[in-house]
Amino acid sequence: MIASPVFKKIDKIVFNALSPQMIKKMSSAKVVTPELYDKEGYPVDGGLMDVRLGVIDPGLRCATCGSRLKECPGHFGHISLARPVIHVKYIRTILSFLRGTCQECSHALMDEKKAKRYIKELADLRQIKPDIYWDKVRKVMAEMTKQTKCPHCNAKQNHVVLEKPTTFVEKETQLRISPIEIRSRFEKIPDEDCELFGLNAESLRPEWMVLTILAIPPVTARPSITLESGERSEDDLTHKLGDIVRINQRLFENINAGAPEIIIEDLWDLLQYHVTTFFDNNISQVPPARHRSGQPLKTLSERIKSKEGRVRRNLAGKRTNYSGRTVISPDPMLELFEVGVPMDMGTVLTVPEIVTEWNLEYLKKFIERGPKEYPGANYVIRPDGKKKKITEETKETAMEELEPGYIVERHIMDGDVALFNRQPSLHRMSMMAHRIKMLKYKTLRLNPAVCHPYNADFDGDEMNLHIPQTEEARAEAELLLSVKNHLISPRYGLSIIGCVQDALAGNYLLTRSDMKMPFNEAVSLLNNSNVTDFSGLPNKDTVTGKEVFSALLPPDFSFTGESKAIDLGETGKEVLIRKGKLTKGVMDSNNLGQGAGMMLRKLHEMYGPNTTIIILGNIFKLGIQMLMKRGFTIALSDMDLPKKVRDGINAALDGAEEDVDNLINSFHAGELKALPGRSRNETLELKIMERLNAARDETGNIVAENADPKSHTMIMAISGARGKLLNLAQIAGSVGQQALRGQRISGGFKGRTLSCFKEGSLTPASRGFIKSSFSGGMRPDEFFFQAITGRDSLMDTALRTPKSGYLYRRLSNAMQDLKVEYDNTVRDVSKKIIQFRYGEDSIDVSKSEGGKLDIAPILEEVQR
Amino acid sequence: MEFDITKHSLTPKHTKLDSKEEEKFLEDTKYRKVHLPKVFLEDPSIQHLKPVVGDIIKIERKSPTAGVAYFYRVVSDE
Repeated sequence: MIASPVFKKIDKIVFNALSPQMIKKMSSAKVVTPELYDKEGYPVDGGLMDVRLGVIDPGLRCATCGSRLKECPGHFGHISLARPVIHVKYIRTILSFLRGTCQECSHALMDEKKAKRYIKELADLRQIKPDIYWDKVRKVMAEMTKQTKCPHCNAKQNHVVLEKPTTFVEKETQLRISPIEIRSRFEKIPDEDCELFGLNAESLRPEWMVLTILAIPPVTARPSITLESGERSEDDLTHKLGDIVRINQRLFENINAGAPEIIIEDLWDLLQYHVTTFFDNNISQVPPARHRSGQPLKTLSERIKSKEGRVRRNLAGKRTNYSGRTVISPDPMLELFEVGVPMDMGTVLTVPEIVTEWNLEYLKKFIERGPKEYPGANYVIRPDGKKKKITEETKETAMEELEPGYIVERHIMDGDVALFNRQPSLHRMSMMAHRIKMLKYKTLRLNPAVCHPYNADFDGDEMNLHIPQTEEARAEAELLLSVKNHLISPRYGLSIIGCVQDALAGNYLLTRSDMKMPFNEAVSLLNNSNVTDFSGLPNKDTVTGKEVFSALLPPDFSFTGESKAIDLGETGKEVLIRKGKLTKGVMDSNNLGQGAGMMLRKLHEMYGPNTTIIILGNIFKLGIQMLMKRGFTIALSDMDLPKKVRDGINAALDGAEEDVDNLINSFHAGELKALPGRSRNETLELKIMERLNAARDETGNIVAENADPKSHTMIMAISGARGKLLNLAQIAGSVGQQALRGQRISGGFKGRTLSCFKEGSLTPASRGFIKSSFSGGMRPDEFFFQAITGRDSLMDTALRTPKSGYLYRRLSNAMQDLKVEYDNTVRDVSKKIIQFRYGEDSIDVSKSEGGKLDIAPILEEVQR
Repeated sequence: MEFDITKHSLTPKHTKLDSKEEEKFLEDTKYRKVHLPKVFLEDPSIQHLKPVVGDIIKIERKSPTAGVAYFYRVVSDE
């Protein structure tokens, strides 16, 4: 084996608490004055910005290590506290120690024999079963806390309670136990006894939890910033430390002057407060320390904690170079796998290209054009790693010295790989690799068909673009992240990218059997949708729409499916494609749409992603071109119904109302029998709702039957392009029952919903049934009911989004390391089994049809 | 009143692998006992099997994807 370059290997890491001796040892300066700078603006000796603590000013040298700014890592200092204070973060441990040790002799409240046994047991447990170690410690501690008498010296034990945040009181005497007292008790605790509390006395002696000396973080950890006015603004930590030093000095002076005990106590409490908030400024019952402006200080805990803390803000997530973000807009003429990038980004985002003797001249051209002119270059990296910016002045020299081995960071160009992403990145399709297409104007452009996986729309959405900088990254992006590899969703195993809106309506109209067109029109239609091979088109004077559509399909493609709509002159919904020819049925959202797309699924299965994405792009464009050629518009008159039909709808609604009236009457007469498990009131409500729903369906059917199927509104609903039949029924027929939490609307006033109804009225109209239609216009009370449910659903979506977002965060964090192993088990990092078969059926959903394996067609294939 | 929870419709069927079955199971699957999920020795739904620490309990669950799914747990006392 080749000698490994590792010469020091980390065996283990131990986290210890700092002992007072350690703090003193690592301290390079003792801080004694709250002043920061003298009149000349030079750091005061013994102040918080002491030069021995590190340098943050250019030009100054560190008094400890002698290095300059950026070289000096900073050095800790210390303050010796006039009186000891409690460390808030150890408050629970201190409490257990106070309760578990004798107040006289400081031994653990447990006889020696038992203690010895437990210590051994705990030590073993730590080795063998670390996961239950702490449970055991808790049990041992509980046992000691229960003692009322010391087994060693027979002293009676008072019960200690914690008075939040930082004071301990003996319950019996109501006396405070001062930090001095606590410290002196803790000092006497034998090392072995600490083990009973789950503490290793070598790492943390109990008395270290009461601070006598405070470590001061280096200046480099709390740099001050100079404002434009020349004024200095100190870091929050420096402010807090200033408070501590100031109070500490006053406490010293008062003690030395022999001030009355009350004053000293007050100052002591104040010191405790400042030290507490220095560690954590978010403790309940402690008012947070604030700036003069009123905003709370960010002290040590806040620096690390939560979303804006060091871990989640700076370590788990970082800002990136070579990335951009702007508003997005649609461009149906782009390919699915392309992304349109505005020119302004083009001159900023770059790709490193290594100079070889073959591309030397080519790359020189980029340098010649410089950083302003597209396509140019922004930087040249020499073989020694020096990065040089290209400017008008340095252009010439950069071009002259350029030779193989250099790297030129040239502007992005058409065909470069980029990662495209929209937050929230909830699934893997939220970040896909696209090919760059440079375009004018200022927005990022994408094909409307890929909106669905990103969940993007164009009401102001912004998206991010990242440019991979190495060959490895580019290869990975193309192989794993490219759009073509995400056509099928791993969630339900169907096409997630498909035709939308106008593309669906267009293809529906094209493939309907009434569509015929002259040959030359068909050619121009195909040509406009990026098809150059017309061999699929039959050589006739007039061709049908189905034949035009078939020209896009592979010649050996066969498919049997079902459409959503029924073709004209047909009775069934069957769709047949034989040998690349659509022979029967229409293409609609069932076969082309996103989240359904059965035909796309089949295409993908038979020809793979590369073919599918091209065909899908062509079908999409063909649909749009078709609609553009034909023209498509909707009008209010689409929803007009003949008088006879309107009367029919009214009759249906009246009939329902009458039935409901009868129900209510029988209820009041006491004749209505309760259903099993329901009260009479519930039964009535249930029956009324049932009847009204039936009425709504009835009107819906009447509208569906009588609406003009040639009207564009109906075409959209039938093909699945936009809108449902329900929406049509609401516009032309009746809006229907408004429901709140699955119930009819009730309450608001005493026994009624609005003051225009009688108290106790249960009629449909008084409980939110809207008889009118949108086109006919609603009555004021109906309008109000609509507003109630409208507001409710608005509130619901607004409140649900953040809730489900957090839920998802917890879920994904908990499961991020789970992996399907080769034996189909799902295991965690320690190889523990989570699931014995992936999904309990070992099916990779993305390779199945809707999560199911359909074996019949495979058998058929094999037999043939 | 005592209720037999093993008869409850929500309690999946638990069975204990005997030593022969256990050996075959571990041999066939190459699972290691430490990697299997655990079940408490005191778990109410295995009391009728008279479990001993280290036994493997087979659980027959209804699954929305596979119809029936088998799970295995090792009896543990902690």
